[in-house]
Parts: sequence; C-alpha cells; structure tokens
Amino acid sequence: MSALIELRGVGVHFRGHWALEGISGSFAAGQSTCIVGPNGGGKSSLIQLIAGLIPAQRGTLLRHLPRSRIAWLPQLANIERGVPVSALDAVCLGHWRRVGWFGRIGPGLRRAALDALAEVEMAEQATAPLHSLSAGQLQRVLFARLLLQDGELILLDEPFNAIDARSQALLMRLIDRWRDQGRTLIVVLHDLPLARAHFANTLLLAQRCLGWGPTEQVLSGDALERAQITAPGADAAARRIGIRAA
Amino acid sequence: MSELYELLWAPFVEFGFMRRALVACLAIALGAAPVGCFLLLRRMSLMGDALSHAVLPGAAVGFLLAGFSLPAMSLGGFVAGVAVALLAALVSRYTAQREDASFAAFYLISLAVGVLLVSSRGSPVDLMHLLFGSVLAVDDGALLSLAGIASATLLCLALGYRGLLLECFDPQFLRAVSGGGGPIHALLLVLVVANLVAGFQALGTLMALGLMMLPAAAARFWARGVGAMIALAVVFALCSAWLGLLLSYHFDLPSGPAIVLTAGAAYIVSLLLGHSGGLRRRGAAAA
Repeated sequence: MSALIELRGVGVHFRGHWALEGISGSFAAGQSTCIVGPNGGGKSSLIQLIAGLIPAQRGTLLRHLPRSRIAWLPQLANIERGVPVSALDAVCLGHWRRVGWFGRIGPGLRRAALDALAEVEMAEQATAPLHSLSAGQLQRVLFARLLLQDGELILLDEPFNAIDARSQALLMRLIDRWRDQGRTLIVVLHDLPLARAHFANTLLLAQRCLGWGPTEQVLSGDALERAQITAPGADAAARRIGIRAA
Repeated sequence: MSELYELLWAPFVEFGFMRRALVACLAIALGAAPVGCFLLLRRMSLMGDALSHAVLPGAAVGFLLAGFSLPAMSLGGFVAGVAVALLAALVSRYTAQREDASFAAFYLISLAVGVLLVSSRGSPVDLMHLLFGSVLAVDDGALLSLAGIASATLLCLALGYRGLLLECFDPQFLRAVSGGGGPIHALLLVLVVANLVAGFQALGTLMALGLMMLPAAAARFWARGVGAMIALAVVFALCSAWLGLLLSYHFDLPSGPAIVLTAGAAYIVSLLLGHSGGLRRRGAAAA
C-alpha cells in the first residue's frame, strides 16, 4: 500500500514546549488508524499538523494528496455556537471545494446538503440555529459537512467527546462505512474498547511515538503502561497551567 | 399632517447642513452597521472600541501637519488604526499575551499620545472636535469620502461574506479548507478602521463606534439569521441617525451624542423586547 502521509522526525513546538517530538512513520492509503494517548500527548497537534493547520518546526511531513482532498473534523469546543447560522447553512460549507469563496450554492448543492443531514438523522433540524442543538446533534451536523467534503483522507479529532450514546453509535456507523469505502481515516480517540473494535491500526502517542502498528499489539498491557507511567504530556500540561509536577 | 412634516422632515429641507449631516450619517450607517455585525459575531466588540481610540493619534498628526483638513486627518487616522491592529496581532502571535490584552495596551498608549499631540498645538476646541466630531460641519469632500468608504465596505463584505461568516463560527475549518484565515481577519480589521475613520469625521473618535456596534447588538436580539441581522442593523443605524439628528435640531443637543443615544435606546428596547436571546425570552422561560 502506498503512503498517503509520511512523517520523518517531525517535531511540533507549541507555547513553549514540544507537543510532538521525533515522530516518524506513515499512514497508508485506505488504512484506518486511531490515535490514543494521555491528555497533552500531542494527539490533536498531530491531527492539525496533517491537516495543515499548524507547521512542523522539525523534520518533514509529506502529503501525497492535495490538501483539498483532506476533510478535518474540529473539536466541538472550537465551534462558536452563538453565531445565528442554521444547521443547513453550516453543512453547505462542506461544498467549499466546489464553490470556494464566491461560488453560488445552488439548489442541487443544497439538496445534497439536505441529504447529508438526513443521513445523520438531522433532516428535521435543518433550519434550526446551531445554538439550539445538543452536543450530539451538532456533532452530527459536522459529520454531515464531512459527508459533503467527500475527503480521501478524513481526520477526526475526538469525535465522541461529550456526545450521547445514540449519536455515537450513528456516527460510528458512518466511520465504518468510510473505512469500507477505502477512505483513509485518522481518528483521535479516548475509548480503548472502541479503538480495538473498529480500527486495524493504532498510534500510541505521548509527545513521542510509543507504539504504531496493528491495534492488538499496540494496545497490549505493557505498551499502555509505559504510556501511563512516562506520560510526559501530562507533565507538560501541568507546567502550562503553572503546577509543578510532584 | 403638516405638523408631522415640520417635525420629521422640514429641518432637512430647510437647511443644507442638516441635509449633509443626514447623508453623511446614512453613508456611515450603511458601511459601519454590517461591519459591526461581524465584529459582534467574532466577539471582538471591545476591540472595535480599542481601534476607535487608536485612530486618534494619527488624526492628530494629520491635524498638526495640515491643520483642520479632513483628508489629512482621515489618512493619519487610518494609518494609525491599521498600525495598532497589526502591532496587536504581532504581539499576540509572538508572545504569550492574548490579542485583547495587547489591543488594550496599544489603544491606551495611542489615546494618550493623541491627546498630547492635539493639546500641544491645538486649542481645547480642536480636541473636543476630534473627540466628539461635528456632523453638522461636513463638506462635500467629506461626503464623497464617506460615500466612497461605505461603497468599498459593502463591496468587500459581499465578496468576503462566506469567509467572514466561517471565520465567525468555525475559523479553523476556514483555515483547513482555504489554507488561511489570516487575510479574512485582516480584511475585517481594515474595514473596521476604515469605517471608524469615516465615523470619526461625523461623530468623533469617542462616538464613532456608536453607529457600528449599537445597531449590530440591537439587531442580534431580533434576527434569526446573519443576513437578517445585517439588514436590521442597517435599518437601526439609519433610523438612529435620522432621529438623532432631529433630536439634536429640535432640542438643541450636540448631534453626535444624540445619534448614539438614539441607537442606544434601540438597543435597550431590543434587549427588553427582542425574541432572540433577549430578556423577554428569559422571562417567558422562567414563568
């Protein structure tokens, strides 16, 4: 399988500390990988690096696909819900690759957006403003936007954080479908059973790469233990908020 | 009927300076109110305040070099405003301090420099003029520049609308799909400064923000969509300008504060009665 994303000794320096150090490896086309690790371990940084949102200060990152073919799901907390935008309008922005800054979003594209909303069981809330939606509903809207983006590589940053079980099951089915369609998936997760059940590959990350390969090997007992014990990310997180680690 | 005409329209028919003032305020309302909406949705209302003060030292330098010349003062104000916005952005980018803190620091410095500059050479009257404007004294040149700024603003907003909207509710998505949100952020700040400069000619540096933020904040209490919010903000701004000028004429009040207070009244009414996140809704929910 050809590599879609290659990392060679990548380091990301962020607010006075190294969020990622010496990451090397590749994500193959069509492969589904989940990223697990302690808080502050650099999972989001890696996702944002691949999406092109932050630069690498060390090493090189090679993308063997155009950036427009990458679809990225931000963390829910990054969405400003006070802006009076309807669910449908938010989903329509998933057409960006086709319409860009100025192109018209015609009836055909709106229809496609409505279909995407229907797929996440949100058709009835199409005209609802974002602030009236629950976290799970908002996440479903963002997944509908991902459907329109039709990405070859799909990056999901903690897709199940703070959302209800029903939404999670529904969205997990979508992720499985994307995997079966042969899209490349990179997903940040906290839920280890979910990682084991749905992802062939796992990257265990705590600033450095502690394991990268088939999920059952990476998520074996001692690899996890190492992640917990060393957990340098946790120290860094503590330093950032001014607490000295004991 | 004729009494109503006397009350609401006659002053503008009778006096050229009232007509000019009205047209000036209409131009400001058309440009500034939509910009205010985006500023509000970006949660940057107070940065608009900071920028409005940042305009002062530039206007003062223009005043010192060319006397009471609006083009010179406007150009100076524009350069100073953009410079402060740039400095604040750079400081927040390269230090641990957030953008709002650096904005506050630079605007305080600018305000002090501006007041110092004007009072070193000009009279207290000049200072009052700069701080509070004189909409009843705008000339043809000023009117043309106001109309130009309003037209350019509306054109920029129309072209940048999708990006500006995304920048408000999902800025990282904008960066991911377009490769950068920086230019859009810069566009918004430049539009804010340009419209503050337009506003300061009429309302003064201290009040220029009034027709930008108050109509936008009032409209937010009624509108369910961004398009409706912008349209409503423009209507509020236009009506505030018209009513404010009438109040100023009939009761012999200073025009700038009269206009801003009218816009303020629209805000208070919207806060009390608006159905989109206002107090009435809260009351209904509690009952």
